[in-house]
Amino acid sequence: MFTDNWNDLTPDQRYEARMQAWFASEANIEFASAQARDAWRERMQMLRDAIELKKPKRVPVVPTGGLFAARYAGLTAREAYYDRAKVERAWLQLNADFDWDTGVSASASFPGELYDILDLKLVSWPGHGTDDDVEFQYNEREWMKADEYDLLINDPSDYWQRFYLPRIFGALEPWALLPRFTNMVEPAVQGNMFFPFSTPPVQQMLQTLLEAGRAAAQWRVACATTDGKVLATGKPFFNGGFSKAPYDIIGDTLRGTRGIMLDKFRQPEKLLEAMERLVPLAIDQGRSGVDISRLPIVYLPLHKGADGFLSDADFRQFYWPTLKAVLLGLINEGIVPWLFAEGSYNTRLAAIHDPDIPAGHMVWQFDATDMKEAKRHLGGYQCIAGNVPGSLLFAGTPEEVEQYVKQLVADAAGEGGFLLTPGIVVNEAKPECIKSMIDAGKKYGAAI
Amino acid sequence: MSEKHEDLVSAIVDLREADVARLVDDLLASGTDPLDIIAAGKQAMDVVGKQFADGELFIPELIMAGEIMKAISAKVEPRLAGQRSAKRLGTVVLGTVQGDIHDIGKGIVATMLDIAAFDVIDLGVDVPAAQFIAAIRESQAPIVALSGLLTVAIDSMKATVAAIGDTGLRAGTKIMVGGAPLNEQVCQYTNADGWGKDAVAAVELAKSWVGGA
Repeated sequence: MFTDNWNDLTPDQRYEARMQAWFASEANIEFASAQARDAWRERMQMLRDAIELKKPKRVPVVPTGGLFAARYAGLTAREAYYDRAKVERAWLQLNADFDWDTGVSASASFPGELYDILDLKLVSWPGHGTDDDVEFQYNEREWMKADEYDLLINDPSDYWQRFYLPRIFGALEPWALLPRFTNMVEPAVQGNMFFPFSTPPVQQMLQTLLEAGRAAAQWRVACATTDGKVLATGKPFFNGGFSKAPYDIIGDTLRGTRGIMLDKFRQPEKLLEAMERLVPLAIDQGRSGVDISRLPIVYLPLHKGADGFLSDADFRQFYWPTLKAVLLGLINEGIVPWLFAEGSYNTRLAAIHDPDIPAGHMVWQFDATDMKEAKRHLGGYQCIAGNVPGSLLFAGTPEEVEQYVKQLVADAAGEGGFLLTPGIVVNEAKPECIKSMIDAGKKYGAAI
Repeated sequence: MSEKHEDLVSAIVDLREADVARLVDDLLASGTDPLDIIAAGKQAMDVVGKQFADGELFIPELIMAGEIMKAISAKVEPRLAGQRSAKRLGTVVLGTVQGDIHDIGKGIVATMLDIAAFDVIDLGVDVPAAQFIAAIRESQAPIVALSGLLTVAIDSMKATVAAIGDTGLRAGTKIMVGGAPLNEQVCQYTNADGWGKDAVAAVELAKSWVGGA
């Protein structure tokens, strides 16, 4: 519970409580200077105003995570995943040299040691299938088999523990030997239930989990230390939790892109039922992060609902209903969902302007979507964010970036409810193009 | 053209997987020339490709159509006994460039090229330039297709194009690039000969390069 009387609060009261907690975090920050504190306050207010569809003092210029910090500091991807001291220096340098309105979190650096210990198979990363200077990438496989929907639907937690996790973490393979925990209903049977814990593979696994816990704690403390230093310079953080659309939970890492696309033809009812089953879990995932971090926003990267990945009819039948249920569940908890619609969403704009979702409670960040159209559909309904193209930041000139930002602000910023962000998670980019984006955002974004 | 042939074409276009399997079995049992079945598949895929290009079908439909075509091939090929189906348009050396391990887009392109009568040499993912060069040398392929999803793939494409150029092989082969980060600006940056926004565009480009459009 976020407050003692949480169950008695309306969604709006919950939202206000979370916003107040976010602003009250000021008391815990040791700002580097009074100017840093004032900058933090001003930026917090600009973010809140934009989310609430008010006209902020200026358009907030917000970064995305990714490995750009490491590239800028000359680190390889491998160093960014393993060398915490270099990560701290790189991320502090990035945050100092680029005057974004929010911090770039060091948690964008992947906990390499932890995944070594766990023998993660879901992705390849430097030293584990990719070159030292290439970021981690997903291994698309059918981690869940086509005939396992009933197992998932009957008991998602058990499916995760005894089927999915043992497949994606080599170190958790022995978990498949353990009983279903809900079988432990009577003292008469519990003795037998605990027997598998005596087996050598399970005991080894538990030892490995202790090591994993230590590695995770080291990573987390290191990230929090770096982020705390960034915060002290007056750059707020806002992402407090993570969740996903149920279609993406299944399509990204359970069944894979190909798997879910074939399931849509071969077993649509099972797919729909499984997604509905995942809705409360996706809400809980987002809420639990936000409760701990006390930051009000849950980030949801959207993948397989983009233009071209589904017809409009299938988007409305397979993708949107369960995502919408997750969004409503989060908003009911007073949380602001931040949706990052990767790819383009030009054909989705009508569908996502859904009257069931209250206005001024979400952020839609776009990638390759036409922002003028996005504003036309969503203006006055939800905050939109975007979308300086990755290709422009990578292959363009600072002048081209400035022109793009100028036009974007003219198209999308009017009357508020707009955040200027890159259209992608930035890994590779020209530093002078990033600088140009920030400068142009502040120049043209001041005049809205 | 027989009624069953027409039924097969529409069953493929409508992605009725079970009906396709039954119709192919029936056709084979009644002594239909396996090449006619392949022709029906190609005819259906031309319709599917056109509907995709027109924005009426999307990636799941392309993947499903590819699955159906693979199932047809599996049934028909043992009966071909070495006969080559129709005229082939040329060879395409295809791969996801070094540093990138994404294979779904590349896989769709491979399937669509194959159905369009190109011989595809699929080198897989994370393919070094030297491997592309060796494959071009060996096959004398007139077309090379480089795939990638990550921004890092852009530099890798540029390096691969340059390495192929250094060997002098570009005189006899054209290079196309494709994948999410591609546009005209990025294509120029890589110095490739052309780019396509999706698998159907890749097939069209390949056909135009071998004069088969």
